[in-house]
Amino acid sequence: MSAVIENHHDDHHHGPAKGITRWLYTTNHKDIGTLYLWFSFAMFLIGGAMAMVIRAELFQPGMQIVEPEFYNQMITLHGLIMIFGGVMPAFVGLANWLVPMMIGAPDMALPRMNNLSFWILPFAFFVLLSSLFMEGGAPNFGWTFYAPLSTTYAPPSVTFFIFSVHIMGASSIMGSINVVVTIMNMRAPGITLMKMPLFVWSWLITAYLLIAVMPVLAGAVTMMLMDIHFGTSFFNAAGGGDPVLFQHIFWFFGHPEVYIMILPAFGIVSHIIETFSRKQLFGYSSMVWAMLSIAILSFVVWAHHMFTVGMPLAAEIFFMWATMLIAVPTGVKVFNWVATMFRGSITFETPMLFAVSFVVLFTIGGLSGLMLAIVPADFQYHDTYFVVAHFHYVLVPGAIFSIMAAVYYWIPKWCGNMYDERLGKLHFWLSFIGVNVTFFPQHFIGLAGMPRRYPDYALQFADWNMVSSVGAFLFGFSQLLFLFIVIKTVMGGKKATSKVWEGAKGLEWTVASPAPYHTFSTPPKVD
Amino acid sequence: MLYKFFKSTKLRLFLSFLVLTSPSIKADWFALNMTRGVTDVSNEVFELHMLIFWICVAIGVVVFSVMFYSMWAHTKKKNPEPAKFHENHKLEIAWTIIPFLILIAMAVPASKTLVKIYDDEAGDINIQVTGYQWKWQYRYLEDDVSFFSNLSTDLDEIYNLVPKGENYLQEVDEMVVIPVGKKVRFLITANDVIHSWWMPAFAIKQDAIPGFVNTAWTVVDKPGIYRGKCTELCGKNHGFMPIVVKVVEQEEYDQWVNEKKQAAIRLAELTTKEWTTAELMERGETVYDINCVVCHQTEGQGIAGIFPALAGSDIALYEKDKHIEILMEGVSGAAMNSFDYLSEVELAAVITYTRQAWGNAENGDGEIVIPKDIVDYKEPKI
Repeated sequence: MSAVIENHHDDHHHGPAKGITRWLYTTNHKDIGTLYLWFSFAMFLIGGAMAMVIRAELFQPGMQIVEPEFYNQMITLHGLIMIFGGVMPAFVGLANWLVPMMIGAPDMALPRMNNLSFWILPFAFFVLLSSLFMEGGAPNFGWTFYAPLSTTYAPPSVTFFIFSVHIMGASSIMGSINVVVTIMNMRAPGITLMKMPLFVWSWLITAYLLIAVMPVLAGAVTMMLMDIHFGTSFFNAAGGGDPVLFQHIFWFFGHPEVYIMILPAFGIVSHIIETFSRKQLFGYSSMVWAMLSIAILSFVVWAHHMFTVGMPLAAEIFFMWATMLIAVPTGVKVFNWVATMFRGSITFETPMLFAVSFVVLFTIGGLSGLMLAIVPADFQYHDTYFVVAHFHYVLVPGAIFSIMAAVYYWIPKWCGNMYDERLGKLHFWLSFIGVNVTFFPQHFIGLAGMPRRYPDYALQFADWNMVSSVGAFLFGFSQLLFLFIVIKTVMGGKKATSKVWEGAKGLEWTVASPAPYHTFSTPPKVD
Repeated sequence: MLYKFFKSTKLRLFLSFLVLTSPSIKADWFALNMTRGVTDVSNEVFELHMLIFWICVAIGVVVFSVMFYSMWAHTKKKNPEPAKFHENHKLEIAWTIIPFLILIAMAVPASKTLVKIYDDEAGDINIQVTGYQWKWQYRYLEDDVSFFSNLSTDLDEIYNLVPKGENYLQEVDEMVVIPVGKKVRFLITANDVIHSWWMPAFAIKQDAIPGFVNTAWTVVDKPGIYRGKCTELCGKNHGFMPIVVKVVEQEEYDQWVNEKKQAAIRLAELTTKEWTTAELMERGETVYDINCVVCHQTEGQGIAGIFPALAGSDIALYEKDKHIEILMEGVSGAAMNSFDYLSEVELAAVITYTRQAWGNAENGDGEIVIPKDIVDYKEPKI
């Protein structure tokens, strides 16, 4: 009964409940978006601390700070936390905040499920991180957890890892269903599919990818669970199983997963470049088609992660050509961003700085990806630091820069205050320099022959490893500045107007700053 | 045995500082690119790599020039009134078709090289390569020569107690020896988890997967010593199982094969020798340090939760037969694999060692195992 009364109460004041219950029971898309964003920030710092341990150990040859078994736990948890705890929840948080406001909907379509999909996440990561304190240590088989290293040879905590991945998967699937249902059913009259803002499009496609592949991941970990505890031999060669099958299943999930982490970034960057160039996006429909093609292609290229497992020639050639094909729609996107800037009227506020460097550095990551697609050359690149450099270029100055750009771009709308532009620019330059000093030399180390996931290395790799570590410390500590800037902006600052940016377009800029607790209770009029 | 003491963190940090400031560390600012290697295939791969690299650089230069020009010339200050254009079908078709053509230009030579690499015909010499946690076994199929290749870098170098040698982490106790100019085929597999056999100078990288046999081949024309590494995460000592191939003239190769065969005969003779406990202990410690110490640790204490302790274990104290059985058969569902590939002498020695060391002799029945016990164990099965 009391719930009914409280709802009634809320209806009168249109404001949030008070205290901790506001956050525990909330079904408001803005509150849940905020929860997701703070959660991902916390995970970003934890995963980042692990990266610092890794780079400190690699600062010079020899074992200094940690033992090899703990090093393996660090690389595993760093990967899992950054992907499933950092990047993905950050994008879900942005979707929660922005999708309803961009399509003129009052909230997400399934608000209670929205609450559930967030609140199971902290438990998933509590379980995962608690494995650090278990006998035998945390998972130590890399974020790709190849069997049988992750089954027969795994520490006992692998069962907790499997449970944790299941919870993360359930959360992602619920979040995605919510996004799809919201976009399909709750657009304000007049917003046809081909009039949707690109961020909404990018998330619609991402959500479908998630719904398609998360169950595959769940299947993979369940088969592991069966192998470990119930005597099956899915991945155990001695029992008639197939260790390579694991890799096929994993990468059938894993490759679309890679695009899950970059498509929303495409959406964000398109909005920001359009705004600060003060010019219409060059090719809206080709951007949509490019994202769709990338998403569809992502299902037929998974085995390019496995060129050295001994596939037949025909398979190698097919996956090489299919992978190279992805460069076409990706190129279309990059050309579109450049053409949007061309003859625009550009200013470089912090979000634009992050967006422009996203385009440059993501392109570098894309080009090294193209090199990796060439099978004979990949025999030399595979599992070296060249690969580490490649995927960090698309994930850090790619996905993570886009998230930072988004935070600077929309935070005035979220909390009604402008961030400190000087500090924002300082944060950008420190991050930009840090990221490049960290990851650019890793191309060299990899080509010169240093394998990834090595806690110690031969002497010829010492110089560039040291440079890379220095860059990593710079990048890592700069993120504390980011935390400071965000808190400072939430606490106060120059009041933001409702439009915030001169060139801003879209429904979210028509409501007041900060956005009222409930927006678009009646649908806006869109031409 | 001082190893444990040396592992204390403070001491290590201090020592690493000393080593860091010493001039013995050699590094290389110019190790920036892939190397050509020493085979036709590796040269072709290198050319391919440089071709794609320069194409990528060219694409980058074109795209970034337009972008940087725009960032410089089309700022709000210089261009207060933005242009209104958008969508241009001719341009959009061009930037779809042109990249497509460039891709074909890259994919065709790549496919050709790949076809050349994919050849699993038998070689003049066929070597079975088996990955173990954390060492490689090489078996020369024609000559019946077989041996293990372990990292030979000293732990003191790894833990910064002494200066690091030139081939730090790239040196082994026994190199793979192959002759120049002959087609050598490697049949690559694994015994426990997945490993990957990478020899950059030959442009060979093939995963070693339990239950699968992958093939790779090479013809090397230049004698020399070539160094490679394991490139698939295979557990704790993944970074410590290098690969070293020595390429020699045919004569030297024949001589080496002969020596290997003689050594095998000498080893077999040892089986019938009368062994004393002390002799077995001495030999057993060496075997233990190569094969067992990584998991079961220097004092036989194991690692809680993953690798059981041997010091004070009931099996090592009282159950001699069970002890032999575990080494011969492994433990199903656990990281402990069968070690039946060791010689009878090595097995007897290491079992004796673990039954005697760390106070086990005093706490248990102290029984030793002689090579004949291992022969007897194997007997009934034949």
